[in-house]
Amino acid sequence: MIELQNVHKRLGERDILKGLSVKIPKGMNFVLMGPSGTGKSVTLKHVIGIFKPDQGSVHVDGQDVPAMDHKQLMTLRRRMGYLFQNGALINWLTVADNVALPLKEHSKLSRSEVDDRVHEVLKLVGLDHAAEQGPPDISGGMKLRAGLARALVTNPEYVLYDEPNAGLDPIISHQIHELIAEVRDRLSVTGLIVTHSRACATQCGDRIGILEAGKLGIEGSVEEITASDHPLARAFMGSGSD
Amino acid sequence: MNPLAGTTRFLTERIRGAGYVADLLARTAVCLPRLPRRLRFLLDNSFNAGVRALPVTLVVAAFAGAILAMQTGIELRRFGNTNVLGTITALSMCREMGPFITAVILAATVGSSIAAEIGTMKVSDEIDALEVMSIDPVDYLVVPRVVALALMCPLLTVLSNLIGIYGGSVIAEQNLGVSPDLYWVGAVESLTSSGTLLPKEVYVGLLKSFIFGTAIATVSCAAGLKANGGALGVGLAVQTAVRNSVLLIIVLGFVITWFFYFLA
Repeated sequence: MIELQNVHKRLGERDILKGLSVKIPKGMNFVLMGPSGTGKSVTLKHVIGIFKPDQGSVHVDGQDVPAMDHKQLMTLRRRMGYLFQNGALINWLTVADNVALPLKEHSKLSRSEVDDRVHEVLKLVGLDHAAEQGPPDISGGMKLRAGLARALVTNPEYVLYDEPNAGLDPIISHQIHELIAEVRDRLSVTGLIVTHSRACATQCGDRIGILEAGKLGIEGSVEEITASDHPLARAFMGSGSD
Repeated sequence: MNPLAGTTRFLTERIRGAGYVADLLARTAVCLPRLPRRLRFLLDNSFNAGVRALPVTLVVAAFAGAILAMQTGIELRRFGNTNVLGTITALSMCREMGPFITAVILAATVGSSIAAEIGTMKVSDEIDALEVMSIDPVDYLVVPRVVALALMCPLLTVLSNLIGIYGGSVIAEQNLGVSPDLYWVGAVESLTSSGTLLPKEVYVGLLKSFIFGTAIATVSCAAGLKANGGALGVGLAVQTAVRNSVLLIIVLGFVITWFFYFLA
């Protein structure tokens, strides 16, 4: 379980998080929504230990993330995957080499075992045909799918998704949402999804939390939030949104 | 703005920046034992550094040697002493001009490219992606670049020295009437008269090049790793890398020369 308790974070001159508390039980996709600049991506970076809170606590499976030393943090990160907004693929490596990177760095698998595993996850995200292409040669949607394959290649328990459909057309977005739901269902991966998209929240989320002024303004199941009259829920889940 | 506060902030930023570079260099040294895992990147970076900078280095070195011989020769001719032109050109190239020219060109070509490459990775989340995969960006990105430049800078300096001395020989023969035999005998004797395998002029020059290469790569990697704010941030990182590299080359060049020729 991921648990943030009363997290405060100031970046530069701005207070980004002001007492955020949220619990994400295992096996579900939790969708974090909210206006731009309210700290959604900052929240993800606290969970994976890139940021430390100025105040409050961040726990993953009972382990205190900010208190971890470098080695413990590396161990934790090996249990997590992270999908960046644009895939964040290493530009000079092919798609297959990008996906293989965490395995080559940390596992003791042989080259053929790494290749098999890479092709397995590339097949899962529908990118097996583009394995030898470089990031500059593929579309935004393909980059995201390659980023997702890289996040999944180590069989993580948790995957953090940062705007998984940013800049994508509705058809590709729908494919990505289905993929995220499939990852949860087939691989039992717990997901924390940051998005502005109602479609993303409804298609692949189990619970939704909406940030307001640096903390959760409203939280509930997809059905509860969709039916809610709360202004935040209306703004993000109402018929005119997305 | 209060001038005192502005000066204090300026100095604090510079000291913090220097501390970051020193810390990066220390972390690079700690990661060195893992270099064999990065052999492919090391070879790629060495090839890039050497090949990218080679043509311009050779052209500049040839002209630098020619200018050196020309300016020195004009004065020596007044005293009828042009027979020492080979000696002066060879010593000047090996001690100072060769390492300096090579380092400045590497800072402008390879250093700027390193800062742009790593800066772009930083602003497009690729550095964060490495960190979340438990891959140390220093180990993965910085070490191969620093080692490649630390090795390629002395290698290019040797070529610069040779081409510079040759450039001087052309001017000596064509414009100052110094016979090639006399020029080359002077040049070779000045660099071998100490009787040691590697004369002081050569090894101090090569040591300078090694330190310059290490400094350029570290400063450029640091500028890239600190980039933020999109394309503008990458541009500023490149500017910072080249400016700080050239400053360091001049200051370190002075300190090393002073140490070996006045203190040691």
